Amino acid sequence: MRRFFLAASLLLAGFSVQAGEIPEYKLVISNHRYEPAELKVPAGIKFKLVVENRDASPEEFESTEFNREKIVMPNSSTHIYVGPLAAGRYKFFGDFHQDTAQGTLLVE
Amino acid sequence: MPGIALLVFREVLEAALIVTIVCAATRGVPRRGLFVGGGLILGVLGALLVALFADSLANAFSGIGQEVFNAGVLLAAVLMIGWHVLWMSSHGRAMAVEMKALGGAVQSGSSSLMMLLLVVALAVLREGSEVVLFLYGMVAGGAVGVLGGLALGVIAGAAVGFALYYGLLRIPLRHFFDATNAMLTLLAAGLASSAARYLVQADLLPALTDPLWDSSWLLSNDSLLGQTLHILIGYDARPSGIMLVFYIATLLVLLGGMHRVARAAAPRAGHAAAAIAAPPRP
Repeated sequence: MRRFFLAASLLLAGFSVQAGEIPEYKLVISNHRYEPAELKVPAGIKFKLVVENRDASPEEFESTEFNREKIVMPNSSTHIYVGPLAAGRYKFFGDFHQDTAQGTLLVE
Repeated sequence: MPGIALLVFREVLEAALIVTIVCAATRGVPRRGLFVGGGLILGVLGALLVALFADSLANAFSGIGQEVFNAGVLLAAVLMIGWHVLWMSSHGRAMAVEMKALGGAVQSGSSSLMMLLLVVALAVLREGSEVVLFLYGMVAGGAVGVLGGLALGVIAGAAVGFALYYGLLRIPLRHFFDATNAMLTLLAAGLASSAARYLVQADLLPALTDPLWDSSWLLSNDSLLGQTLHILIGYDARPSGIMLVFYIATLLVLLGGMHRVARAAAPRAGHAAAAIAAPPRP
């Protein structure tokens, strides 16, 4: 277990050196829809995804295709880290308003 | 209303499966109803509190408060479950023998009941706070049938839990606590890998290859079976490498610990309590 923690902290340390070069992309939730509904992002790198919720109710940003979930409170914004992803299309949705809150990451 | 019921059901299902395994693992222990009930109440209160302070939580740790909190809750549950399975591997055999002799009542040890109370509370808190936020949004948005949806979702989720519970009771007593211990061990490994997922999302841990594999063509994460197996054994259709590392590390630590504790507790019984089937991968 100790060896595991050591390995984990080494990896952490190695990773934090390269922080800061992470590109940022933005999604807006408005009227329980994602804007843009299709977001283009580069393949093969990690990026920061900022999600801004302009609605008066909470939303949960979720994707089972790239395995992320995070609650976005009303009239506020949050961020998650995604990738590196292989090229392709990855769906995401708003768990609290699945009828309308649907979108796709176009990774290329 | 169907949409509301479905979301509530999915959240309740996760908590219900965990509560069910805890109930099975404490079979025959006196006052366990009190402890499980206490855990449920604590969990609901905690869920309301978390939802109430969701804004501050979201802003904590420069925006990754939610991930840190979720990972913390999950890892705390892993610790408590770990404590219980280690404790059981020295007492489980005695409990099963005693249950046979006394017709189902176990007098010995309820010392790890407190741990399981907290596991129940944490499970309900985590899933419950999402339900509260969701319902708050629904009510604020003027949705109809919110109460009906909530009731339907809770009842359906609890029903699956009861079905699993009565299924588990069919396991012969001789193997019963070995089985519940195995389930708790897999549950803990799955929770640990979920914690890793949150830490990757917050960029606190590297993903180490993401995804490691993709079995969503076979069983997707959002299918009912996929979601059930996600809770029970930590199944994930697209896990990252670090999730598997957390999963296997938890399994190894618990299996190793159980083996040691069992050997120390019963030096004469050669094939002591820690026997457990080879676990599937997440």
